[in-house]
Amino acid sequence: MSIWEYANPKKFITTTERVLPVLWAAAALCIGGGLIWGFFFTGDEVRQGSTVKIIYLHVPAAMLAINTWVMMLVTSLVWLVRRHHVSALAARAAAPVGLVMTLIALATGAIWGQPMWGTWWVWDPRLTSFLILFLFYLGYIALWEAIEDPDTAADLTSFLCLVGSVFALLSRYAVNFWNQGLHQGASIMRAEAVIGTDTQEKVSNIFFYPLLLCIIGFVLLFVALVFYRTGTEIRARRIKALMARERVEA
Amino acid sequence: MRDLRLALRAGGGFGLGLAFFLIMTVMVPLSVGPQPDLLASIAPGVLWLGALLACLLSLDRLLALDWEDGSLDLLATAPLPLESTVTIKALAHWITTGLPLVLAAPVLGVLLNLPLAGFKWVVISLLLGTPALSVIGTFGAALTVGLKRGGLLMSLLVMPLYMPTLIFGAEVARRGAIGMDVQTPLLMLAGISAASIALLPFASAAVLRINLR
Repeated sequence: MSIWEYANPKKFITTTERVLPVLWAAAALCIGGGLIWGFFFTGDEVRQGSTVKIIYLHVPAAMLAINTWVMMLVTSLVWLVRRHHVSALAARAAAPVGLVMTLIALATGAIWGQPMWGTWWVWDPRLTSFLILFLFYLGYIALWEAIEDPDTAADLTSFLCLVGSVFALLSRYAVNFWNQGLHQGASIMRAEAVIGTDTQEKVSNIFFYPLLLCIIGFVLLFVALVFYRTGTEIRARRIKALMARERVEA
Repeated sequence: MRDLRLALRAGGGFGLGLAFFLIMTVMVPLSVGPQPDLLASIAPGVLWLGALLACLLSLDRLLALDWEDGSLDLLATAPLPLESTVTIKALAHWITTGLPLVLAAPVLGVLLNLPLAGFKWVVISLLLGTPALSVIGTFGAALTVGLKRGGLLMSLLVMPLYMPTLIFGAEVARRGAIGMDVQTPLLMLAGISAASIALLPFASAAVLRINLR
């Protein structure tokens, strides 16, 4: 048994199809449970009131937005090294999910920021780097769509993903630097730091456990979506191959 | 060398990039208003953005012409490794586009009421940064070379890659203009340029090989 067995599209589809219903159910259970627990069975935070509850959507989405890119990086590398088509298709399938997660994180962040910071948007390093990440996703998806030959597209997007990862990381630190250069010790920065540490250290367990449940739920949802979309991609490619064969025979 | 001469003769990219830079700089005061203070504070950023966009617009012809007439296939099969070919192409692009922009920047700085201390740093930052723009752009051009209408897509791909360079470059110019210490962004900018020149040609060549398959 090794993970490479699932590089066989048929094996991948049969296995994921068996796992998928469980994944959907578990994801729904975790997210639903976490949200209901978070929304109705935890008190309001002292300073932020009930607005703090958007954390249950904001944090998991933001975590996934970054980790989706990491997953795409890994699958791209696997494609370049071992030429497994499932891997390339999984990267393709994950990109729109990552895009949507980035969008959710940005949107919920704006909705949260409005009452807390008094503004929908500031050029805070964290916000800015997420916007840049969003642009990276857009470019990646656009390149997939633009190229007709699937293998060429997989190769080129993999390279874009590799180079893009380096530059995305660079942008993250560049943006950090740029903002500190602009406003020294702005209050936003401190607020951001408090919220940032909230999830790990400061927040009391009352908020943390439902949040953890939501994060697990989002991860499960992500895995289910990627499995599902990869299966769709595999089938779409099969249909294309079948139609091509029919045209040749006709 | 043949490559360089070819790129130089190949076209009006030389003048066009400069003209674009000029027009862009003229249009900024027209759009934000002619107040000298405002212009002085945004001048370094505008100069950097203008240079970046001028660079971006001239990337189209970098590989597309050679792709169309098939000389790219010849270059790929030539004894010279494709990596060096790509590097020379990027160098040619820099000489025809980046260098004139660097030289024109101080003149346009006058139009934008750039503070006196800023001239030196705008030129230095552009001198250090534009090679990175050319090399990164070559990667983008190599990615989209096989596409019919790759220009817009290439902008979408290249712009995010330009961001670190832009941030540090504009930061050097901005800090220089108001007399702050420029060492950190300057070092980062030089680092990005050096690393891009050293590593990205490998990626560009690999991508080109895929496209030429």
